Amino acid sequence: MTKNEKPKLAMYWSSSCGGCEVSVLNIHEKILTVDEVFDIAFFPCIADFKTKDVEAYPDGHITVCLWNGAIRNSENEEMAHLLRKKSTFMVAFGSCAYEGCIPALSNLTSKEATFNTVYKDNPTIDNPEGIIPLTSVQVPEGELTIPEFYNTVKSLDQVVDVDYYLPGCPPEPEQIWAVLQVIVGALLEGAPLPPKGSIVGASNVAVCEGCEREKSEKAIDRFYRPYEIVPEPDVCLLEQGLVCMGLATRGGCGALCPSVGIGCRGCYGPMPGVEDQGAKMLSAIASVISAGHESMEEAELEERIQTVVDTIADPAGTFYRFSMAHSLLQRAKVNGSNGKGEAA
Amino acid sequence: MTEKSNSENKERVGVYVCHCGTNISKVVDVEEVARWAGEQPNVEVARDYKFMCSSLGQELIEQDIKEKGLTRVVCASCSPHMHEKTFRTACERAGLNPFLFEMTNIREHDSWITDDKVAATAKAKSLVRGSIDRVIHHEPLEQIPVEINPNTLVVGGGIAGITSALELADAGYHVYLVEREPSIGGHMAQLDKTFPTLDCSACILTPKMVDVAQHDNITLLTWSEVEKVDGYLGNFSVTVRKKARYVNEEHCTGCGICIEKCPFKEVDEVFEAGMGTRKVIYRPFPQAVPKYPVIDKENCVYFKTGKCKACEKFCPTEPNSIEFDQEDEILQIDVGNIILATGYDLFDSKRIPQYGYGKLDNVFTGLEFERMVNAAGPTDGKIVLRDKESTPKSVGIVHCVGSRDENYHKYCSKVCCMYSLKFAHLVHERIPDAEIYDFYIDMRTPGKGYEEFYNRLLEEGTHFIRGKVAEVTDAARIPEEEGKLIIQVEDTLIGKQRRIPVDMVILSSAMEARAGSKEVSQLFKMGCDFDGFFTERHPKLDPVATMTDGILIAGACQGPKDVPESVSQGAAAAARVAGLISRGTVMMEPVRASIDQEACSGCKICNNMCPFNAIIFHEDRKVSEVITALCQGCGTCVAACPSGVITGAHFTNDQLFAQIEGVLWDMSAEKASA
Repeated sequence: MTKNEKPKLAMYWSSSCGGCEVSVLNIHEKILTVDEVFDIAFFPCIADFKTKDVEAYPDGHITVCLWNGAIRNSENEEMAHLLRKKSTFMVAFGSCAYEGCIPALSNLTSKEATFNTVYKDNPTIDNPEGIIPLTSVQVPEGELTIPEFYNTVKSLDQVVDVDYYLPGCPPEPEQIWAVLQVIVGALLEGAPLPPKGSIVGASNVAVCEGCEREKSEKAIDRFYRPYEIVPEPDVCLLEQGLVCMGLATRGGCGALCPSVGIGCRGCYGPMPGVEDQGAKMLSAIASVISAGHESMEEAELEERIQTVVDTIADPAGTFYRFSMAHSLLQRAKVNGSNGKGEAA
Repeated sequence: MTEKSNSENKERVGVYVCHCGTNISKVVDVEEVARWAGEQPNVEVARDYKFMCSSLGQELIEQDIKEKGLTRVVCASCSPHMHEKTFRTACERAGLNPFLFEMTNIREHDSWITDDKVAATAKAKSLVRGSIDRVIHHEPLEQIPVEINPNTLVVGGGIAGITSALELADAGYHVYLVEREPSIGGHMAQLDKTFPTLDCSACILTPKMVDVAQHDNITLLTWSEVEKVDGYLGNFSVTVRKKARYVNEEHCTGCGICIEKCPFKEVDEVFEAGMGTRKVIYRPFPQAVPKYPVIDKENCVYFKTGKCKACEKFCPTEPNSIEFDQEDEILQIDVGNIILATGYDLFDSKRIPQYGYGKLDNVFTGLEFERMVNAAGPTDGKIVLRDKESTPKSVGIVHCVGSRDENYHKYCSKVCCMYSLKFAHLVHERIPDAEIYDFYIDMRTPGKGYEEFYNRLLEEGTHFIRGKVAEVTDAARIPEEEGKLIIQVEDTLIGKQRRIPVDMVILSSAMEARAGSKEVSQLFKMGCDFDGFFTERHPKLDPVATMTDGILIAGACQGPKDVPESVSQGAAAAARVAGLISRGTVMMEPVRASIDQEACSGCKICNNMCPFNAIIFHEDRKVSEVITALCQGCGTCVAACPSGVITGAHFTNDQLFAQIEGVLWDMSAEKASA
């Protein structure tokens, strides 16, 4: 980048929902500032670029690449390698890129099971011949190919080197703007950048810090799903039996969900130093389950605890909703799958 | 992360693999483990040695620290319970912070549990590698000094507790002695004679009870129970419920007129084992300490109907000592150490229906017989059948009732052989022409003068029959058995089934753990075994300490034992406590939790989690904090903290993850690529 040249910005999506792009555009008129500061080098959501355009760039040409989405298939992986090579700063943008997010919940099952649900066993599907996608198929006009669908969803940093992580599903617009300002400041005024590997656009304290609800010591004797109760307005949701991941989740969102009576889903990921957000939350919940007392017989106690635990619907999907790919577990062992993403 | 910090700041680790004589080396190839350890990352030197715990072994470590500049030490040997302190001290002598040491257990966790040499050696390597990778992340820590409160709580006023209390009180330290019955004395006060010397039990016990009552350094709390225990070694805070006696202890002179005048009697199931009665206002026995009686509220006619008050009417003291409106008192006691001497229960012989207890009148339990044969007991010491008149002409004594039996307790109850022999002697003494049959599996008489006592009984003419009794029945098969109790037994010495008709059967029931001992162990936060006996710190070398610092055990609550053994343990526990008190301060493990004040979100998950109430919440800053002096390093809050902002010193995430990865070294990429 020569002195008078503008820095180049890219944003690419892999396995994701598009919410991250919307969130970027949600910085409103500040997007004009972004346009002033950056040249858009690649941004399929808002401008027409082709892969060959990127391939033509010299290495490191793109100053900042905001990558959102998990690595679900071979196209995602190829593009991740390509953009890594062409970018100076690779940012895992949003929960999918950072830790797998919703797509990675399919790591609880196998590729075959996913295909069965999507292409065969779904009530709205009419597929009498049981056709499922193949990577290559011969038609009269020649061979058609599509990317390979992987057994295991990975986070971006499990495939390529990542410079920064911006958590959230999606990241909050003001946090995006704050991070862009830091980068712009560094590029234009030489301000210091955070160390490589940093999680940016988030706080180092859990969501609870920003939650106004009154917190007390906890003893939970049953859990509720959100539709089952109308929570008290000023009391900690977890104490009312609603699973709120706020205590195990990095803050930075402003505790938006708990403020409106919905338990934190955990999208900002684990706290610094925590390897496994789901396990940490489980450990915390296990510590506050109230089911009898010390002098009870082991068997009765176990039964009572189980009764309380059974009121948690979909524990894996609840505690690992966003972090499955990046957790210690990474995936469930299904039908002899070796846990490394290759079918056994 | 592990790799990076290592390459940046390389530690120099010394690894020492112990043979433990042949305890380890006969299964683990210790030379190979040491050779291999020398090749592991960060390892500066690795050696094997016959006995690392010996002075020479320790000197090896010290020398290497000084000469090779070791910054970390790993010793692969026995359990840290045995020698962690030894090696930490060796490190300290050589100028290395003792917490930069890590012990690997390749004995209890490895060589002692398998004969498979290949597998054992592989496991030793994994464990050693775990320790090497862990110790890199260790941080120097400083021990925490704790002041010892010189007061001691003794729970249980039997012979063990009395001994502990007197030893400490005589040494000049204050003792709170808590007993749940109205009097101290315990089971020993119920006995007539003690084996093998045939001392009168009360004669040797009551002087000690009087000493307790009169000792300036003993606060005696009978009819009281411990409800709650907070704190830790040196600083326990104990809540005691002093149950209402309905007798004012300040005014009562113990004259006993109230007892005399009380018009109602109840069967005494506790002290008299159901053999005798007591009044509704009562003292369990004449020499009870303290002397003040207690009203049995459940059965008192005044409490039931509002009428009577005979005791109050006749009480000669001014002001009147009877206080019907007395209420339980809750006392708060601060002590530095606690000695548990809560004793035992007798096995309920009804659990073995074929022995007939409860159905056949003339089957007695050992404790019933003790009371019967006691001169101060319900029959004034006369040995009679259940009709309280007839003298038995033949008596059968059955050993091992509830003990050495797969269906009840597998353990040997230890005292029953000897007390059975004592019973036989007492029957010979009181009814010289009676025939006595003693049914035993094995005669166990180890102890000073015990075997001699057995020989004496052989000479006195007791018929000893070796065999486990199958049944006691009143179903006669031949005329000679009519009206008798028939003991069916295999006489294993002559190899024949025998049926022996007798007038009276005494069941020598086993000692078992107190009902509720599990709750008591939880109350005091220490362990009990499957039988309910409290678990000592080490079965041989530390029999009166428990795994909880400051909580000691003495007497039969730890396992069946006789009077001299209970007395020894009571004295041993007292000596241990006296030693701590005289030191004044002890150094405690700095393994404590701490909360990162910057990162705590104030979610309040941890606040009711701490068993030591060491976590406080700052309302102003909305963060929690661990009070280091109160923390015992149990790790409960560390596991519970959903934000991961509570760290347990010496058990940090970095340390534990590194250890886990180290243990799994042969599963890692390093091995795969090699």
